[in-house]
Amino acid sequence: MSLRLGYVPLIDAAPLIVAQELGFAAEEGLRLELVQLGAWAQARDMLGAGMIDAAHMLMPIPIGQALGLGPPLPAMDLVMFMSQGGQAIAVNRVIEARLRGIGYGFDFADPRAAGQALRQVAKAPLRVGVPFTFSTHLELTDYWLRVSGFAPEEVKLITVPPPRMADATAAGEVEMFCVGEPWASFAVEREAAALLLPGTAIWAAPPEKGLVLRRDFTANRPDETGALMRAVWRAGRWLDQPEQRGLAAEIISRAGYLDLPSELADRGLSGRLLLCADGELRDTPRFIAFNDGAASFPWRSIAALIAKRIALRHGKDLDVAMARAMQHFRTDLYRKHLRPAGAALPGASSRLEGMLAEDRMVAAESGQMILRADGFFDGFTFEPPEQTSSEA
Amino acid sequence: MHKKLLIVVVEPDSDRAKSIVDGLRQAGDHEIRVMAEQAGLARQVASLQPDVVLIDMANPSRDVLEELALASGPSERPVAMFTDSTDEQLTRSAIEAGISAYVVDGLRPERIKPILDAAIARFYIMQRMKAELAATRAALEERKVIDRAKAVLMKVRGIDEEAAYALLRKAAMDQGKRLAEIAQQLVMAAGLLGK
Repeated sequence: MSLRLGYVPLIDAAPLIVAQELGFAAEEGLRLELVQLGAWAQARDMLGAGMIDAAHMLMPIPIGQALGLGPPLPAMDLVMFMSQGGQAIAVNRVIEARLRGIGYGFDFADPRAAGQALRQVAKAPLRVGVPFTFSTHLELTDYWLRVSGFAPEEVKLITVPPPRMADATAAGEVEMFCVGEPWASFAVEREAAALLLPGTAIWAAPPEKGLVLRRDFTANRPDETGALMRAVWRAGRWLDQPEQRGLAAEIISRAGYLDLPSELADRGLSGRLLLCADGELRDTPRFIAFNDGAASFPWRSIAALIAKRIALRHGKDLDVAMARAMQHFRTDLYRKHLRPAGAALPGASSRLEGMLAEDRMVAAESGQMILRADGFFDGFTFEPPEQTSSEA
Repeated sequence: MHKKLLIVVVEPDSDRAKSIVDGLRQAGDHEIRVMAEQAGLARQVASLQPDVVLIDMANPSRDVLEELALASGPSERPVAMFTDSTDEQLTRSAIEAGISAYVVDGLRPERIKPILDAAIARFYIMQRMKAELAATRAALEERKVIDRAKAVLMKVRGIDEEAAYALLRKAAMDQGKRLAEIAQQLVMAAGLLGK
């Protein structure tokens, strides 16, 4: 069986590339044809038109579709998360110099201190680049800046395609950005920017990319859906072994995939980030995760959380938006197709988001499992609505 | 009479842009602007307030237009996504042709359809031209490599061109590989050996 998969060149496309290159797909009887895409809207549209069978997609895109904020296309569902974290916030050299001028230490640790320092030196409106209007990057940046005291009119979020982020920063189109690796490190390498915070400093476990399929595909071709999910899940498990990250960087950097020096991909994958071109390394544990700590489980509460934020921004009814979005995160398919592979399955499909300050051992469908700490930097928690729809 | 529609075509390649514009001219009397600039695209499009924006589906700048399409301020809302006619078939035909169309909310479907149909036809022609160009380039590259491999063999083994070609072909057959692949390996090895 052969499946066509769309991906955008980022280190978090690794599970798909590794699934194909290291034979996890072949073990499931699948051959993956990986199609490189130039835009997130392209991933959504090609999936909708049936030109690809599945896509590596920003986690909030299927939520935007579920809320009717996209073209009329068939229903699409997120069946599992492919990655967590992997985003970095960076400032241009002018703001970097001003921050250093007031003694800010670029310590990566305290988003509140970073936000307040930024507020001292930035002139309103602060122009911030994000990769897409439905993205974890936008949610993280917007949330962090608001909590740090920026008023809505003091921030302008601007869409910039990731490979263009370095140019846009150098040209002064944006003064700051949040983007997935390797594109933040690429901007650092080009001496356009200095890293300010990893995404995980704002939200300890920010879900990033999802494996998204059309609903009719998951219903009509359950065997291929399951095989693909298991291949990606096993690739994620392999990727989470620290000793494999170097090899993973080599594989995804090849011509045909990211086509960049592997050293660049290695930074994000190993969590050893170079702050600025002439600067120090910042060891960032858990900068990106693929599978550990139930990272791939598509919590419906996350769908609700993101749907609420998007609905607020676009003037939609909050309760309707949350209920709708939750139906597009398929915990039922996750349980059905990954149970045979031995994935740890949480007892519930929704939870209080932001509750865990530390990793915690919890009861699983069989035995116990570790849930990764998922706290927000300011202690925010989110309680999802009660599930009313049928839920496996 | 309807007022003329303002159509913006975002296309950095001027030949391709021209081809699309030619196609659109046949679809009716509209005002057409071509935009090549990728930086500041959102601002440019917003200030023009076009009725329709056409752009290659794979163009990374599309994601910028998506932001524009969803902008919440009324002054920043020149485009909606695809047609508001919720014509799923037309949307998918456009996507399959490799085109994305951003259309102002409220524009009547019968005005949009001929424009999209013309654009779709052009995009198919462009796709074919692109594929042909790529194939021609690849074939040329392969021929160059094979010529160089032949030259290496002729020099090292003191044989004529025909014999060198036969040797290459036999090696390709024996290893179950393409002639160009064998030639590439030989040229690379010769480079390393300084031959």
